Amino acid sequence: MITSIRGGNLLSLDDLSREAIVEVLNTAESFVEVNQRSIKKVPALKGRVVASLFYEESTRTRLSFETAAKRLSADVLSLAVASSSVKKGESLRDTIATIDALGIDAVVMRHQSSGAARQVSRYVPLVRVINAGDGLHQHPTQGLLDAFTVRQVLAERCGTTGLESGAELFEGLRVLIVGDILHSRVARSDIAAYVALGAEVRVAAPGTLLPVDIEHWPVGVANDFDDALEWADVVGLLRLQRERGSGLFVPSLGEFTRTFGLTLERSRRLRPTAIIMHPGPMNRGVEIDSRVADLPSAVIERQVSNGVPIRMAVLYLTVAGVKEGVGS
Amino acid sequence: MSNDDHRQAGTSGPTFLAKSQLLTADDVSRAVRRMAHEIVERNHSTDELTIIGLQKGGTPFSQRLATTLGEISGATVALGLLDVSFYRDDIASNPLATPSETQIDHDLTGRVVVLVDDVLFTGRTIRAALNALSDWGRPRSVQLVVMVDRGHRELPIRPDYVGKNLPTSRHEAIVANLDGVWIGTREGA
Repeated sequence: MITSIRGGNLLSLDDLSREAIVEVLNTAESFVEVNQRSIKKVPALKGRVVASLFYEESTRTRLSFETAAKRLSADVLSLAVASSSVKKGESLRDTIATIDALGIDAVVMRHQSSGAARQVSRYVPLVRVINAGDGLHQHPTQGLLDAFTVRQVLAERCGTTGLESGAELFEGLRVLIVGDILHSRVARSDIAAYVALGAEVRVAAPGTLLPVDIEHWPVGVANDFDDALEWADVVGLLRLQRERGSGLFVPSLGEFTRTFGLTLERSRRLRPTAIIMHPGPMNRGVEIDSRVADLPSAVIERQVSNGVPIRMAVLYLTVAGVKEGVGS
Repeated sequence: MSNDDHRQAGTSGPTFLAKSQLLTADDVSRAVRRMAHEIVERNHSTDELTIIGLQKGGTPFSQRLATTLGEISGATVALGLLDVSFYRDDIASNPLATPSETQIDHDLTGRVVVLVDDVLFTGRTIRAALNALSDWGRPRSVQLVVMVDRGHRELPIRPDYVGKNLPTSRHEAIVANLDGVWIGTREGA
């Protein structure tokens, strides 16, 4: 178990302790304030270089990582894989060796292969590696910002602050994650975060979209989606990942929507206090009805805006932080 | 002893062992009151003042000072809080503490900013605070209140109002809060 990401990498939420996760959430609270100032920039990472290396397309993750790095005054290099030597057949290892040779402090990486970020961290022990999504494995900052968003909403309702509440508000919280669990790195990171913080997690999905080893996951499987909706305090929807062939796992999109989509009619089963989440990009009309996505209990836009403070906190802790017991 | 020096202490930082108490709560109270009067004397009015406490040690003093200034002038005095963690020049070499809240709700352009801290030592916190302030505008002037000035400056910074001058050696530690001022050592760094 990793008890703090200070001076380390962020590769997965699976091996982070509750303490390590709360530290990121608490640090992010300070950056929320920075993002509300008229000058949204602090010099914490002045003189550091952060490279973003995206082998897969992305809008919000890439933009929010780069915004985060710039608001910390780091210099940002953004490698567009499509126009780089990767197209000439350069291997991941050689691309990373180049980054290492240039003296870059941190790499934010997204890759289509599970485990790519961990592999890279072995090549370059002195560079901080931040996983921005690897294959079907993990998307740690998404898991962190989802937990952060839930804590923020619950804290506001109780009239407290996220900072004061720590992990308290997650104790016994009932989280339902719905949809394409099989192909979703977001689901894996969300589950790790919620479970570490003390919540109870259930998943609901067509049998074909559940991983074969689901019984080894720290979650329950909901047999009836409609009942589970009445049970949940938080409903996390997932995108049906058609680019990963999810279309082949369901008879038709219409069938998926009828059985596991959050339609307007089905959303009436939710408790009035239930929070609806979606990591984006949404397939409106497939996993979520357009009208449901625009309900006040849907916090989808807030998830996006919390992306920046969470990623600032991750960059700040990993790049500016020093491992406990190292240096002085 | 509730008040760890957060700037040197990480989450599991060293503990403070008090050797002797130098000021009592009453002494601190009187010092704050005297400094409040000095601030009014020098600035003539409190209308343009913004008191800013440096997190976390300066926070209780800034609140007490703002209240006292309010009693003297009969008007509410603007108060803010500032955490300088992101502006420090030693974040690479010091363990980071989880930053505290920053709360400055108005533009500081044209204001007289009074920074408040518990202990003035090397001056690096104040340097960081001066850099941070420029992100909220251009104050007409900045003045500095410290409860204790313990010497050993590493930068050309001096306080305008001092609760107590305490000559110390570098390895000693000072704890100052509204309950008093203590000198001692830090164990288990």
